[in-house]
Amino acid sequence: MIVERANKLRDMAPLLSVNNLEVVFPLRSGAVSAIRDVSFELAKGERLGIVGESGAGKSVTAFAILNLLSKPGYLAGGSVRFAGNNLATLNEESLRRIRGNQISMIFQDPMMTLNPVLTIGAQMSESLRAHRAISRRQARRIALEKLQAVQIPSAETRLAQYPHELSGGMRQRVVIAIALLSDPQIIIADEPTTALDVTIQAEILQLLLRLCNDFAVGLILITHDLGVVSAVTQRILVMYAGRIVERGRTEEVIRRPLHPYTQGLLAALPEQTLPGQRLQQIPGSMPSLQEIPAGCSFHPRCQYAQAICSQASPELSAKGARAAACHFPLNPAR
Amino acid sequence: MQPTDPRTLLTLRDLHKEFDISGGLLNQLSFARGKLRRNRATVKAINGVSLDIVPGEALCLVGESGCGKTTVGRTIMGLLSPTRGTVHYQHRRIDHLRRAARLPYRKKMQMIFQNPYASLNPRKSVAKTLLEPAEFHFPEISAAARRQKVAEVMQAVGVEAAWGTRFPHEFSGGQRQRISIARALMVDPEFIVADEPVSALDVSIQAQVLNLLKQAAEERGLTYLFITHDLSVVEHFGTRVAVMYLGRICELGTCREVFSSPRHPYTRALLSAIPKVGRGSSRHSVHHKPNLKLKGEVPTPIHLPSGCVFHARCAHATDICTARIPPLQTTASGVQVACHAVAQQRI
Repeated sequence: MIVERANKLRDMAPLLSVNNLEVVFPLRSGAVSAIRDVSFELAKGERLGIVGESGAGKSVTAFAILNLLSKPGYLAGGSVRFAGNNLATLNEESLRRIRGNQISMIFQDPMMTLNPVLTIGAQMSESLRAHRAISRRQARRIALEKLQAVQIPSAETRLAQYPHELSGGMRQRVVIAIALLSDPQIIIADEPTTALDVTIQAEILQLLLRLCNDFAVGLILITHDLGVVSAVTQRILVMYAGRIVERGRTEEVIRRPLHPYTQGLLAALPEQTLPGQRLQQIPGSMPSLQEIPAGCSFHPRCQYAQAICSQASPELSAKGARAAACHFPLNPAR
Repeated sequence: MQPTDPRTLLTLRDLHKEFDISGGLLNQLSFARGKLRRNRATVKAINGVSLDIVPGEALCLVGESGCGKTTVGRTIMGLLSPTRGTVHYQHRRIDHLRRAARLPYRKKMQMIFQNPYASLNPRKSVAKTLLEPAEFHFPEISAAARRQKVAEVMQAVGVEAAWGTRFPHEFSGGQRQRISIARALMVDPEFIVADEPVSALDVSIQAQVLNLLKQAAEERGLTYLFITHDLSVVEHFGTRVAVMYLGRICELGTCREVFSSPRHPYTRALLSAIPKVGRGSSRHSVHHKPNLKLKGEVPTPIHLPSGCVFHARCAHATDICTARIPPLQTTASGVQVACHAVAQQRI
């Protein structure tokens, strides 16, 4: 009974918990925060989407989770709790045991991720043998198994091929297979289908969805495409100018956005407007990190902005599944 | 073959474009069975495209990467010369013209490129970039009048005229694309080829640029050939749509008809593959499959499949599909479809 409850509690506890993450890039003109106050949790097997436009801080968030920030950027504050550790303060050696092992990443361009001078088999066993003491033969067997899991036809011959011999969709499948090699608990996918054609994109999304279900892998999907998040994720975070401005269940956020920015993004989609009609547009563009306006960073582009919006920065409430960082949220929950 | 409609602005007839990829002479030679052979390989980018564009329309060319849509646009503009076939502009053949003879058409036809970071000269101020086409094509106009025109066009695309002294790197992606549009508008063109003009832009900026293109068309009576891979943009922006696959047009019709009842199996698969906001959801189970899934991937354009180029991936393919190339045929709804199964009323 006690064990059962303990097990239940453990299952309920989030797999990953990110608190008040801040990333700073020192520039000649002064330090800028690429992301501020980013907090969220990911449960076991949950699919979370992070959406926003370029420069919103989505990818920086992903890199910050694994402390993979490119210099001169650094983690200036906050914590990333995973399996009893704080990844933000963990030393490099322990981090290496987690990266690519318990938490894997998938990047946008498979041609940049794969080593062009190694065969698929060689790079797969390299990654396996870096984390586990196993023989080449065992590594090959696991590699083959994972290639079959991502539905690559004639997997055996692929092991001996080089990345340039595969098509874009096949390459991205190989990248996913590599991410799966060590049976990770979390996969962070940064725009995994942006470089692919729609019909291939549909297949890769379907595959990710199936893998998350079959292996109970948690997924953090980073994308600018609202259609993609809506097809794959259960919850989403909307980011704007380095902060989370809205979070909630995917369906709810898309049906009833609370933040005017989310509403604007949804309304700007061509499919939301009748053919031939003028598209809804958000005036202006996202501020650069050096010129983030005082108060709410969205207020200069917001049609609902009032005096307070240019003075006080609205907070995203820490509690509750549904929240928006806005002084005047739309469609307030009844 | 003459176009049926006398108003036709641009006519493509049986356009082919092949790119030689066989490399140098030594790479082409091979020795087999005691004989020296020379092998040449070509990428068949366009394989017989015929199209009429009428004034005032926005014809969208869609398809996946490698289907030849950009090659069609570049061939029309004269940036590439066709291997076979013809391009007529206002009933005059232009594809074989030499530089000087082509000049008057360069003024009428302009192009907007995908990446505004690459298509603007980083070392020229915006005003200089915009003045250049006017200086070249309208040498008779006074310098003051040209500067006046730059200010007007900048105003029209929503970039402050006072920013003319700035350089491209000082602008955001959306503003740069506005400047590229301004450059195309400087010579008062009739026809614009827009090659993925919003693909590099964020959603909120994409809406601004699409609205601008639409407004420019209304105010100046422009005709567009709009090349894109994004079907939701097509549905919104286009009047007619041509779906391309491996260098051929497989379906051509008004956007309304094609989107509401696609006939060609490829068009159907393409339309069902777009993830739409609100259509999928977290309830989306793993068992939910997009209603139409394609087998395999696009074949290489070096060795084209026999018959219908789509047959290897098509669920409706029969013997005739591997044997004969289906011609574009007009269906009852006025849409043209190149498919044996549709012609035989099997689907």
